[in-house]
Amino acid sequence: MATTTTKRFAATHRVAGKGRLAGSAALGFTFDGQTYAGVQGDTLASALLANGVHLVGRSFKYHRPRGFLSAGPEEPNALVGIHRDAARKTPNVRATVQELYDGLTAVSQNRWPSLAYDVGAVNNIGSPMFSAGFYYKTFMWPKDAWAKIYEPRIREAAGLGVAPERPDPDTYAQRFAHCDVLIVGAGPSGLAAALAAAESGQRVILCDEQPDVGGALRYESGASIEGQDGWTWAQAAAASLLARDNVRVLTRTTAFGYYAQNMVGLVERVTEHLAHPDLTTPRERLWQVRAKKVILAAGAIERHMVFADNDRPGIMLVSAARTYLNHYGVAVGRNVGVFTANDSAYPAAIDLKKAGVNIAAIVDIRDNPSSALVEEARSLGIEINAGRTVTGTDGRLRVSSMTVQAKSGGPARKVPIDALLMSSGWTPSVHLFSQSRGKVAFDEPTLRFLPGIYAQDCISVGACNGADSLDATVDEGFAAGEKAVRATISAKPKVDKGETWGGGMLGASPGSGPEQIVKAFVDFQNDVTAKDIRQAVREGMRSIEHVKRFTTNGMATDQGKTSNLHGLAIAAEVLDKPIPAVGLTTFRAPYTPVTFGSIVNHAKGELFDPTRRTPMHGWEEQQGAVFEDVGQWKRAWYYPRKGEDMHAAVNRECKTVRTSAGIFDASTLGKIEIVGPDAAKFMELLYTNPWAKLEAGRCRYGIMLREDGFIYDDGVVGRLSDHRFHVTTTTGGAPRVMHHMEDYLQTEFPHLDVWLTSITEQWAVIAVQGPKSRDILQSLVDNIDISDAAMPHMSVREGTICGGVPTRLFRMSFTGERGFEVNVPADYGRAVWEAIWEEGKKHDVCAYGTEAMHVLRAEKGYIIVGQDTDGTVTPGDAGLDWAIGKKKSDFVGIRGLTRPDLVAPGRRQLVGLRTKDPKTVLEEGAQIVDDPKQPIPMKMIGFVTSSYWSENCGRSIAMGLVEGGFGRMGETLHVPMPDGVIEVEVCKPLFFDEKGERLNG
Amino acid sequence: MVEAITVKRRGALDHRLETINGVSLQPAKPARRVSLRAEPDGLAPLSKALGLDLPTKPKTSALADGRSALWLGPDEWLVIDESEDAEPLKDLAEVTVLHSAVDISHRNVAIIVSGSKAADVINAGCPQDLGLQAFPVGACSRTVLGKIEIVLLRTAPDTFRVECWRSFADYAFSYLSDAARGV
Repeated sequence: MATTTTKRFAATHRVAGKGRLAGSAALGFTFDGQTYAGVQGDTLASALLANGVHLVGRSFKYHRPRGFLSAGPEEPNALVGIHRDAARKTPNVRATVQELYDGLTAVSQNRWPSLAYDVGAVNNIGSPMFSAGFYYKTFMWPKDAWAKIYEPRIREAAGLGVAPERPDPDTYAQRFAHCDVLIVGAGPSGLAAALAAAESGQRVILCDEQPDVGGALRYESGASIEGQDGWTWAQAAAASLLARDNVRVLTRTTAFGYYAQNMVGLVERVTEHLAHPDLTTPRERLWQVRAKKVILAAGAIERHMVFADNDRPGIMLVSAARTYLNHYGVAVGRNVGVFTANDSAYPAAIDLKKAGVNIAAIVDIRDNPSSALVEEARSLGIEINAGRTVTGTDGRLRVSSMTVQAKSGGPARKVPIDALLMSSGWTPSVHLFSQSRGKVAFDEPTLRFLPGIYAQDCISVGACNGADSLDATVDEGFAAGEKAVRATISAKPKVDKGETWGGGMLGASPGSGPEQIVKAFVDFQNDVTAKDIRQAVREGMRSIEHVKRFTTNGMATDQGKTSNLHGLAIAAEVLDKPIPAVGLTTFRAPYTPVTFGSIVNHAKGELFDPTRRTPMHGWEEQQGAVFEDVGQWKRAWYYPRKGEDMHAAVNRECKTVRTSAGIFDASTLGKIEIVGPDAAKFMELLYTNPWAKLEAGRCRYGIMLREDGFIYDDGVVGRLSDHRFHVTTTTGGAPRVMHHMEDYLQTEFPHLDVWLTSITEQWAVIAVQGPKSRDILQSLVDNIDISDAAMPHMSVREGTICGGVPTRLFRMSFTGERGFEVNVPADYGRAVWEAIWEEGKKHDVCAYGTEAMHVLRAEKGYIIVGQDTDGTVTPGDAGLDWAIGKKKSDFVGIRGLTRPDLVAPGRRQLVGLRTKDPKTVLEEGAQIVDDPKQPIPMKMIGFVTSSYWSENCGRSIAMGLVEGGFGRMGETLHVPMPDGVIEVEVCKPLFFDEKGERLNG
Repeated sequence: MVEAITVKRRGALDHRLETINGVSLQPAKPARRVSLRAEPDGLAPLSKALGLDLPTKPKTSALADGRSALWLGPDEWLVIDESEDAEPLKDLAEVTVLHSAVDISHRNVAIIVSGSKAADVINAGCPQDLGLQAFPVGACSRTVLGKIEIVLLRTAPDTFRVECWRSFADYAFSYLSDAARGV
């Protein structure tokens, strides 16, 4: 990397006494491996120009050599890659925006093998083939070639920069902010608005995409405000704003999107300009600002002239050359030509001339330009060619001459130049206004689209609103600031002297009209010429939206900031319609490209999504548990001991539960406390089961349906008292079951006196399951009689455990063994778990995970909603008819259950499946057929929903949904698999302890 | 009765404590919490039992003797009490008027965010207007922080209490740390 100390100040094109960077630190940087010198305050563009470098890129389609068009964010050409390190390689950075830092490494793009000699430039010679719409026409035949040949080749050749391959190591931040007034743009009108609004004490945010405030005052040498030159006044104004508590000034911050209800998206580039950014400081910060009022002071963007070969390096906007001279102290050439359709070119020529740069000629398409500026230029001895046009340029890697001709034709003259400045006028930046859904209106006399009908509480001021002088912009800005805060402020900044702008033309210049076959570029970034637009119209495109898509005009990353109006005017001319009748394409966010990093901001790595862990997670980790993701939860899947694979661990865990006992972390189960005098009535309505007669202290397995009669969720519900139920739901179903209940309570049953509270995370749940479960808990519970007589299967007690820890103790089972579920307040979960573990060790217990839990419940045929049901399964289909209260007249889903399709024969019903070979374990999801010899495609009559090896049964077990399954007991069905057909026998879904004696101990 | 519990209590954020860019992130001490639901005509006896006036205006809270009641909805309050011997649930048990009181002491975890940039840190993930006028001391809101739901309470001009469900506390703390690094 280059360093500052060894660099000499190479000022080949710096002009002594010009610009504002005198005395700034010298910086070294490289471009395509070549080392250059710049100074603090430069952009990459100004630093390259200071070194006489204009050639910086190759165009997208024709690979034509390109230089800098602008000095700002509208830049279409000068896109480079900035490489900080192996991971941080940013493509398509506008060199006109990138601030220089010491050691900056930039590379050109879209060229091979080198920028000066690019093989792809052959496209330029074969260019008739690449005319408008060529993608749609050229690559249509033969049919197969698109996917195999054309698309891969085009993708390889197209595009500009190369995306980095490594993960982005930078950090990004986000901030929501609210303010009374948001001002976008800190040029003279934005600053005036901020000064007025700030005085009121209300909250003001002022943002600007540039590193400093000032806007056009950066180059307007003719401005004077409050007795100071414009730029100095602007910096002083910003300083006074910064000193206020109620004002936030955000520079290097682009307002990129204007959304509903005055929500404006800003992106602040925090470290992009630093040589050694601290990795903990965010690279960028996304601001989401909700403003009561928005003042848009976005300024205007200068347009180029559309003429033959107007894209050679060295040809740029007038305002760009002026910025490079007046701000950066850089002369863009030594012998400069000017081509213009308005007055703005004259002060540039005057500034350059006064700085010692030769102005070869001003070519003005106006027949009689007359103003003080024109006179001043003339008096400085500058040649003015009025009523003439530029019909072409020469120079391969840099412009070397322009061809000047009368508009009406006649003899042409070649004028040698090394830079050409052009201006066809100014386009008000109505992008954000349009994004706010405001309607623009075409102003015929000035050929501009201006803000028309507002859709949100915002106002446009200054050049983006059509103001044509410094006076007017400051007036508009200040008035808008006052109005926004409903106050009258006395101290309006006084404009002593200011420049004006306005006038100009749209479309192709004389000499580049329809009769000429030339490359007069409209859109530099997408290589769209005037000819392409005309061709689009001739081929039948009538709407500007179609012209845009056919030609790709305005569809590059610069979104046509310099090209849209020219394209529109050319289309209108060919269509012979007024411009507004052809329409204007829609402005969309983002105004300039926004990084994915800033949009993602904090949401990466561990913050990509919350990871939920139970109170016992740490213990489980220490025991070597393998975890599985269940929604956002981490759940212990199995606990392998030394030398065990998953299969061995699960087999052991399953055996241990049925021989002694196992403990299981069930904390993730959804839990809802239902409280109120109508709690039982509510339960009756939400579940299929009867609840009214369930005694306090008893539990019931409940099934919840959707309105259509299909199973929605299930779980064990304990009645704690007449008015209080403790409901459990599936882990994954917890939030939606709560919403489902709340929805019905508020919309269908608002008359019920009952409330719902989620208590999922209040209680840690430790399931203790197995023949020894009661023995283990016996010594731990403080004041609960857990004998079979006092606390039978499906009962619940409140009391304490482990010396005072409150518990809701459930006697219930999801294993078919005698079992308990110990609910304790979450912060005590781990301590109680450890106490149970210690006690359990005396009985050879194990901790078991979700896999063993699944196997154990399948051995008993207990369903898992979402695994054995798929949203089309009724309680009847699942063999759970018994859970429907036969005497009930209403519950959610009761009418759905009587629909003809739901009671028709042949429904898929949940059955057990025994493979003929007990060692064969079916694949979950495998399809089931009746006759395996039928032709393919076979008729599928069902599928496997659950399938495991059961160590307890010594064979594989499975369940599946099979058409008419209940009537097929004992039948042999077939499961075709890639390596053969598996025979299965249909059976009841119950594989262990068929009589259910173990539940009761 | 105060629980005389001998087994170890473990919070979700034990040992986490950070000060970044002048903003301190600190787990709040254990508190009793009640989710209280009631109709308007029940407010008087419930307020009396709790020893504070249950607030009825959105985004407001009431504070008395270390006990706060946060308005979360027209019929919903979050009661938080950090005193050692407080038992708001027991206080409410005596009230006969229609209501629902559910113990959520362990469901929620709180993080105290304090420092001159505390609001900026929270605003990294929470879209609420945290200006002192819009969100004065005592203001509260059930809102979001990044991808999770939180209840936010301003306890001092530069101090906020961020309440979230226990299993989201790790995310909330990490989010606030990341945000503090980025202010």
